[in-house]
Amino acid sequence: MEQRKEGTSIINVRDLNLFYGEKQALFGVDLAILEKEVTALIGPSGCGKSTFLRTLNRMNDLIDGVKITGDIVIDHEDIYKTNDVIKLRTKVGMVFQKPNLFPMSIYDNVAYGPRMQGIKNKKELNKIVEESLRSAAIWDEVQDRLKTSALGLSGGQQQRVCIARAIAMKPDIILMDEPTSALDPISTLKIEELITNMKKDYTIVIVTHNMQQAARVSDKTAFFLNGEVVEYDDTDNIFSTPQDQRTEDYVTGRFG
Amino acid sequence: MRHFKDSLLRALLWLSAFLSVAILVMIVGFIFYKGIGLISFNFIFGDYSPTGDGGIWPMIITTIYTVLISLVIATPIGILAAVYLQEYAKQGRLVRLIRFATESLTGIPSIIYGLFGAVFFVTTLKLGMSILAASLTLTIIVLPVIIRTTEEALKTVPRSYREGSLALGTTKLQTLYKVILPSSMPGILSGIILSVGRIVGESAAIFLTAGTVAAMPESILSSARTLTVHSYLVTQESGDIELAAAVGIVLIVIILAINLSATYISKKFNKATNK
Repeated sequence: MEQRKEGTSIINVRDLNLFYGEKQALFGVDLAILEKEVTALIGPSGCGKSTFLRTLNRMNDLIDGVKITGDIVIDHEDIYKTNDVIKLRTKVGMVFQKPNLFPMSIYDNVAYGPRMQGIKNKKELNKIVEESLRSAAIWDEVQDRLKTSALGLSGGQQQRVCIARAIAMKPDIILMDEPTSALDPISTLKIEELITNMKKDYTIVIVTHNMQQAARVSDKTAFFLNGEVVEYDDTDNIFSTPQDQRTEDYVTGRFG
Repeated sequence: MRHFKDSLLRALLWLSAFLSVAILVMIVGFIFYKGIGLISFNFIFGDYSPTGDGGIWPMIITTIYTVLISLVIATPIGILAAVYLQEYAKQGRLVRLIRFATESLTGIPSIIYGLFGAVFFVTTLKLGMSILAASLTLTIIVLPVIIRTTEEALKTVPRSYREGSLALGTTKLQTLYKVILPSSMPGILSGIILSVGRIVGESAAIFLTAGTVAAMPESILSSARTLTVHSYLVTQESGDIELAAAVGIVLIVIILAINLSATYISKKFNKATNK
């Protein structure tokens, strides 16, 4: 299985176990995620892929009774050994399943993160907002209405503004938790295009239910089943010549 | 048969709605009919005189004082308490107990609060019968209202807002201050309006803690008379229903003005935050 192409890994996960109270949800996950690539996490519902994604920016900390063992090293730093969750989350951005823009203007949404970091200079903020919206391929659609409420946009537009909001923090890594599951096919296509363009600047980890999507956008794919990583390889290999019978059954649609 | 039941239910619903509106219209109509003759510039803005031809300006001022002082104390405490209970406290037996206590407090007759205020604020703290003692008593009365409504408002803020904000590397306090509180502002505001209504409408507790002095209060340590207490005393002492009704008109107009302005503010707020 050492046919992976060369690259530096930016996220190194070793023997990660996660418990919701008594119930174990992740079992000894080992995963090395490469810089400036798109890594897709696939698997049936409840297999732990979203749970795993949320360990990478410590969003699971918000849930009572979650216990984690093992190491996650991001950029040479064990993220569960430092207490600076704030710094971690500025470096590891996240886009959620449903667009979750705040009830503010488009501009204020994108400027929210930088402002909270203490950036007050108007020119600087303008620049960040414009650059972020451009990177998220939504600038042309919203440049005339930056001061209007973000909640007036369509679902697909909102999700791209969510991506812009994450980009505004200048993160290294962007986590996406089924970012197109609430969108129509055309909006989905736009987001997929965007993801492909974004990987020259960002490392992207995307959870998806949709195997075609994984095949279209990702370089590497990890197949999760019952809280374990069954197989992790180049996306092409996972879909054409999977090594494990269970992977083959899943990607050919025999279950899940 | 089913059709008949349907019409019957509809008639019942219509009747209940009609009755409740009709009763309200009758009461307001009665008050206006009885009292409108006495309303004049001098009646509202004139100083009180015991001979009967004076105004009720001192009572209006006293009422405004009690509203302002109670709210200035109760609002921050109530909001902070609700934020603690809803956002910070570990949800366990202690929090359940506190919730149960605040819920029970809203149901206690106000005369009980009045007795407590008379013993504690007036006597023990030596504030005397005063606007301050009454306002502190009213603070205790409206605190549970503000806590409950604020908690409900905080609960309605979607989890996704919190996650979205925290995922951008903000602290819990920043998230609270910039996203959660602004989104729950309309709900918090309606709690404050409810409180204003309770304060303006309260009489028993104020009667026992602020006294009945019918004069312009010199300071918040003066004993004074609010509109409701005045209305009560006028009816009690002289049986002058018309005068009491005139005071009632002023009360109704004040409450209406507060409600309308609050609706306006919360609408403006909604426009700023939502579509």
